[in-house]
Amino acid sequence: MALDPAIGGIEALKQRPAVARLLAWNAEAVKDAKHDHGELTIVIDRPFLRDACAFLQQEPGLNFNFLSDLTCVDRYPLEPRFEVIYHLLSHSQKQRLRLKVKLEGDDPSVESLTSLWPGANLFEREVFDLFGVRFLGHPDLKRVLMPEDWDGHPLRKDYPVEGYR
Amino acid sequence: MSASGFHGMATLDETADRTMILNMGPQHPSTHGVLRLLLEIDGENVVRMMPDIGYLHTGIEKTCEAKFYQQVVPLTDRIDYLCPMTNNLCYVLAVEKLLGLEPPPRAQWIRVMLNELTRIASHLVWLGTHALDIGAMTVFLYCFREREDILRLFEMVSGQRMMTSYFRIGGLALEPPLGFFERAKKFAKIFPSRVDEYEGLLTGNPIWIERLKGVAKLSAEDAMGLGVTGPALRASGVDWDLRRDMPYSAYPSFKFKVPVGSDGDVWTRYVLRVQELRESIGIVQQALDGMPEGPIKADAPKVVLPEREKMKTQMEALIYHFKIVTEGFAVPEGEVYQAVESPRGEMGYFVVSDGTAKPYRVHMRSPSFANLQCLETMCKGRLLADVVAAIGSIDIVLGEIDR
Repeated sequence: MALDPAIGGIEALKQRPAVARLLAWNAEAVKDAKHDHGELTIVIDRPFLRDACAFLQQEPGLNFNFLSDLTCVDRYPLEPRFEVIYHLLSHSQKQRLRLKVKLEGDDPSVESLTSLWPGANLFEREVFDLFGVRFLGHPDLKRVLMPEDWDGHPLRKDYPVEGYR
Repeated sequence: MSASGFHGMATLDETADRTMILNMGPQHPSTHGVLRLLLEIDGENVVRMMPDIGYLHTGIEKTCEAKFYQQVVPLTDRIDYLCPMTNNLCYVLAVEKLLGLEPPPRAQWIRVMLNELTRIASHLVWLGTHALDIGAMTVFLYCFREREDILRLFEMVSGQRMMTSYFRIGGLALEPPLGFFERAKKFAKIFPSRVDEYEGLLTGNPIWIERLKGVAKLSAEDAMGLGVTGPALRASGVDWDLRRDMPYSAYPSFKFKVPVGSDGDVWTRYVLRVQELRESIGIVQQALDGMPEGPIKADAPKVVLPEREKMKTQMEALIYHFKIVTEGFAVPEGEVYQAVESPRGEMGYFVVSDGTAKPYRVHMRSPSFANLQCLETMCKGRLLADVVAAIGSIDIVLGEIDR
């Protein structure tokens, strides 16, 4: 299994169906794209995330009908600090797609996907709990794994592995 | 319930005069671990349900960031303690994808075989405890008899019954010992008749049928929206199995059927898992029949630990060994999402590398975490006693929910 070289940039990937359709839908929403290790990543501008997901979910020929996973990566001390990661799956196309939204450290918030996939509920609560990213429009955004009166967000990179003692 | 402020515990308030809040768990025997359910009930009917989780949260994802890539493998066992091999496999596949490393065929076949044995062991615990919850005690003893045989096989290969950590990045830890395959063959031969035994106790049993049929229904649409995967999704009529539809490791070489149901009730989930037991033992049998010969580790001296014998005779091997153990090995920058079909559904590992010897981020998409969300939809408007059947039927493991 030799490594294929990574392909980066919207220009190089605009033939791919998911990228092409998204560009045709709203070229402003797509910030960047990358194909690496056989996986396609599209970086979406924050204000368009929910609509882009709704489009990918419903567009015939794409049908990313299933939200597999939702998580976050903290790039501290770089800015924009947070990358919220969405792994979409299309049952009919047998394909995965990774969406990424980059959020600044001083206002980490993005629209919730619970209206599209009710299953996003617990995943978003987990990201809120462990990273402190807020999901706007979430029906019940509160801590899920840590106790409700906990201080800080443990998976942030400036939170020590041993915790505060 | 007025437990507010007590160590930040979650609370729920009544929405109507006639309802009351019932606290179920975290030490309730039928919650399969430390799941706490806050139930709003109207008489015996469930109006609302809120799961409260996090009692087993140990910060495994955070711990991974402070370990070398090879040191993460033992942590993956502890996520879902009923299927350690599945977690081992998913993690090593993700890192191998980042490294561009392909283990030799023999290693891949042994991985598949052990994964199917893990599926059987996990389903046996599910069947035993599910039946126990509903009141059929005998099945539990039969199931654990066969599970013990599988755990002995695991002990042979890895020295451990449960926390196996047997897979390594680039292959396996050791060649299986003498007598292992004979023992596995013996087990594969006898197991189908044992499944008949379980079915003899349950499938035709009128009490069992009454408690399961038509209970805790979940439509395909709800299941997809709520992120449900695995047998619970297939029971709702969605024909989707990662082993067949997005194959990994050596699965393309195996022939097996994916049982799919349509009713989406507890009964269908039971029937599918029992059929999966039979399919899995079929895969084990195929692996035993066609097991390829050859090495069990990839030829990648900078990543895979050298043979013990070589270390004593070759300078190079000794140096590599020292370097891997003390400094780890650098993994090229990048990110991958690897998913496998665990006994509970889609187990996914999202690994981000920043080019160093320690992962920048490891995220586990655990099937139980997503599957837990369908519980309220299943139980709303149903009797309290059905909640127990519903929890058993989605087969959750709290270790992987809380991580």
